[in-house]
Amino acid sequence: MFQFFIRRLGMVIPTFIGVSLLTFSLIHLIPGDPVTVMGGERGFSEEQRQEIEALLGLDKPLWQQYIRYVGNVVQGDLGTSFITREPVMDEFLTLFPATIELSFFAALFAFCVGLPLGIIAAVKRGSFFDHTVMTISLAGYSMPIFWWGLLLILFMSIQLDITPVAGRLDVLYWVDEVTGFMIIDAWLSGEEGAVRSALSHLFLPSIVLGTIPMAVIARMTRSSMLEVLGEDYIRTARAKGLSKFRVVMKHGLRNALIPVVTVIGLQVGTLLSGAILTETIFAWPGIGKWLIEAIGRRDYPVVQGGLLIIATIIIIVNLLVDLTYGIINPRVRHSK
Amino acid sequence: MTQSNITVQGPRTPLNEFWFYFKQNRGAVIGLAYVSFIVLLAVLADVLAPHSPTDQFREFILTPPAFSEGGSSQFLLGTDGVGRDILSRLMHGARLSLLIGLFIVSISLIMGISLGLFAGYFGGFLDTAIMRISDILQSLPALLLAIGIVAVLGPSIVNAGLALSLVYLPHYIRLTRASVLAEKNRDYVISSRVAGARSMRLMFITILPNCLAPLIVQATLGFSNAILDMAALGFLGLGAQPPLPEWGTMLATAKEFIQSAWWVVTFPGLMILTTVLAFNLMGDGLRDALDPKLKQ
Repeated sequence: MFQFFIRRLGMVIPTFIGVSLLTFSLIHLIPGDPVTVMGGERGFSEEQRQEIEALLGLDKPLWQQYIRYVGNVVQGDLGTSFITREPVMDEFLTLFPATIELSFFAALFAFCVGLPLGIIAAVKRGSFFDHTVMTISLAGYSMPIFWWGLLLILFMSIQLDITPVAGRLDVLYWVDEVTGFMIIDAWLSGEEGAVRSALSHLFLPSIVLGTIPMAVIARMTRSSMLEVLGEDYIRTARAKGLSKFRVVMKHGLRNALIPVVTVIGLQVGTLLSGAILTETIFAWPGIGKWLIEAIGRRDYPVVQGGLLIIATIIIIVNLLVDLTYGIINPRVRHSK
Repeated sequence: MTQSNITVQGPRTPLNEFWFYFKQNRGAVIGLAYVSFIVLLAVLADVLAPHSPTDQFREFILTPPAFSEGGSSQFLLGTDGVGRDILSRLMHGARLSLLIGLFIVSISLIMGISLGLFAGYFGGFLDTAIMRISDILQSLPALLLAIGIVAVLGPSIVNAGLALSLVYLPHYIRLTRASVLAEKNRDYVISSRVAGARSMRLMFITILPNCLAPLIVQATLGFSNAILDMAALGFLGLGAQPPLPEWGTMLATAKEFIQSAWWVVTFPGLMILTTVLAFNLMGDGLRDALDPKLKQ
C-alpha cells in the first residue's frame, strides 16, 4: 500500500511542475512584456519601469524567476491582479464558494438522475426504456452545454417564467456574506424567502452543469450493473428466493458502484471546466467567469493564478480518487 | 444430369466484412448518413446557400424563420441581429467546423502516431519522457488546458485549433504506443527485421498498418470532441472571431437576443448537437466493426 501511495504521489510532482511551467510561461509569452501590459495606456517612465521590473524580479534570469514563482506559489502567493490590485489568492477565495456550491448541486443532480436511470436501464435491458436512456445519455454526452443553458433559459425563464435568468439571489434580498455559500448565508440571514430564491437561482445552472456527468454516470452505471447482474452470486441470491428489488439494490448495486464512484471522482475536472461555460451563461460570480473575464481584460496574474489553482485542485482530486480506488480494490494497487 | 446452382460465397473482402458489422449498428448508419449530409452541405455551401454568410440585409434584421409568424420565404431560418441569413451562415459554418475538425484531428493524429511509434518502438528514456509529457497534458480537462494555451497564443481560430490538437495528442500517443508494444515482437515484425528492414521501415510500414483500427475509431471520436470544444472556445470569445460563421461564435453573439429572437439561439446549437452526436454514433459503430476487443 505504502509503495503504491509513493508511486502515485511521485507521478503528481512532474505533473505539477508541468502545469506551473505552463502558467509561468503564460506571462512571458504574451505579446508585449508584462510591465507594458500592467501600465495600460498611460504607460510608465523608464525609471518606473526599471523599478517595477526589479520589484517583480523580471530583471533576473528566467530560471531564477521560475524558482521564485514556484516558491511564492507554494506559500500561497499568486501575485496581485493588474486591474483590482487585490491578491489573486484573496479574489479566488471569495469567488470559489460560489463555484463549489454550483458544482455540488450539479453533481447531486447528475448522481440522483444518472444512477437510477442506469440501474433501471440495466435491469430492463433491451427494453424501450433502456434504449431511451441510452439515447438521452449519448445526447447528453454530445451536448454543447453553453447552448443547453441558453435553451433552458429560453424555455424555463423566458417562456414559462419559472426560474430566474442569472445571478445567485434576487435583488429583493440582502444577505450578509458569512460562508460564501449562498444557501447557507441566506438561511443564516433568516430573511423569509431568501433560501427559496437562492435555490431557484441554482436550479438551471446545476442542471446545465450536471448534464454531461449525468450522461456519463448513467452509461457507466448501466454497463457496470449489466456486468454484475451476470455474476453467479446474483443467480444464487435469486435462487434463494430474495425479492428482485433486494437482489438488484443490495447484491447488485453495491458491487456495481465501485467503478461508478471512480467515474464520479474523475468528473471533478468536467465540472470545473464546465463551470467556466455555465458561469458565463448565468452570470454566476464564480471562478470560471472570473477567469474568462481576466483573459478578456488581459489581467495575466489572475489568468496565471486561476489556471494554476484549478489545475492543482483537479490533480489533487484525481490523486485522492486513485488512492481511494487503490484502497477499495487491491488489484489496482499491485498492477503496474 | 440435373444442374444445381450452387453459389459459392468467397471470403469476404475486408471492406465487405467491415460493412457487414458496421451496418448492424443502426445508430452508426444513421450517424454516417448525417455526417455525409453535413459534408455535402459543407462542400456545396457556395452553391446551396441562398445568401452570402456575411451579407447584412439591414431592412430584414431579426426576421423570424419562414415557418413562423412574420417570417419571410427569403430567409428560411430567419436572420440574426445584423440581418445575416442564418441558414447560409449555418452552411458555411459546417464547412468551417469540419475543416477545423479535420485540421485538429490530422495534426494530433500525425504527431500522436509518430510520438507513439517512437515511444513504443524504442522504449527506454524516450518512452518515459514522452509518456510523462502526455501524463501532464492528460491530467487537465481539455477545455481548461486549451483556454490556458489560447490565453498565451491569443484568441483566434488557428490558435484555438493548435491548442486543441495539442490537448488531444495524449490519446493518440497512448493508443499507438499500446498497439506498437503488442505488435513489435510478433513474428512478422521479426522476420521483416531479419530480412534487413531498418527501424523507420519497421515502424511506419510494417507495424503501423496493424495498429490503425483503434486509431481510426479515436480519430472519429476526436472529430466530435474537436467540434464541441472549438464551439465552446468560440462561445467564450477565444476561438473563431466574428464575423466568421462558426457555430459557437454565432451563439456567443446570439446571447443578447435570447429574450426576443429564439431562432438566433436555437439553430446553431442544434447543428453542433446533431453533428457531434452523429460523429459519436459513427465512432461507436466503427469501434464495433473494426475492433471487437474495444467493445464495451
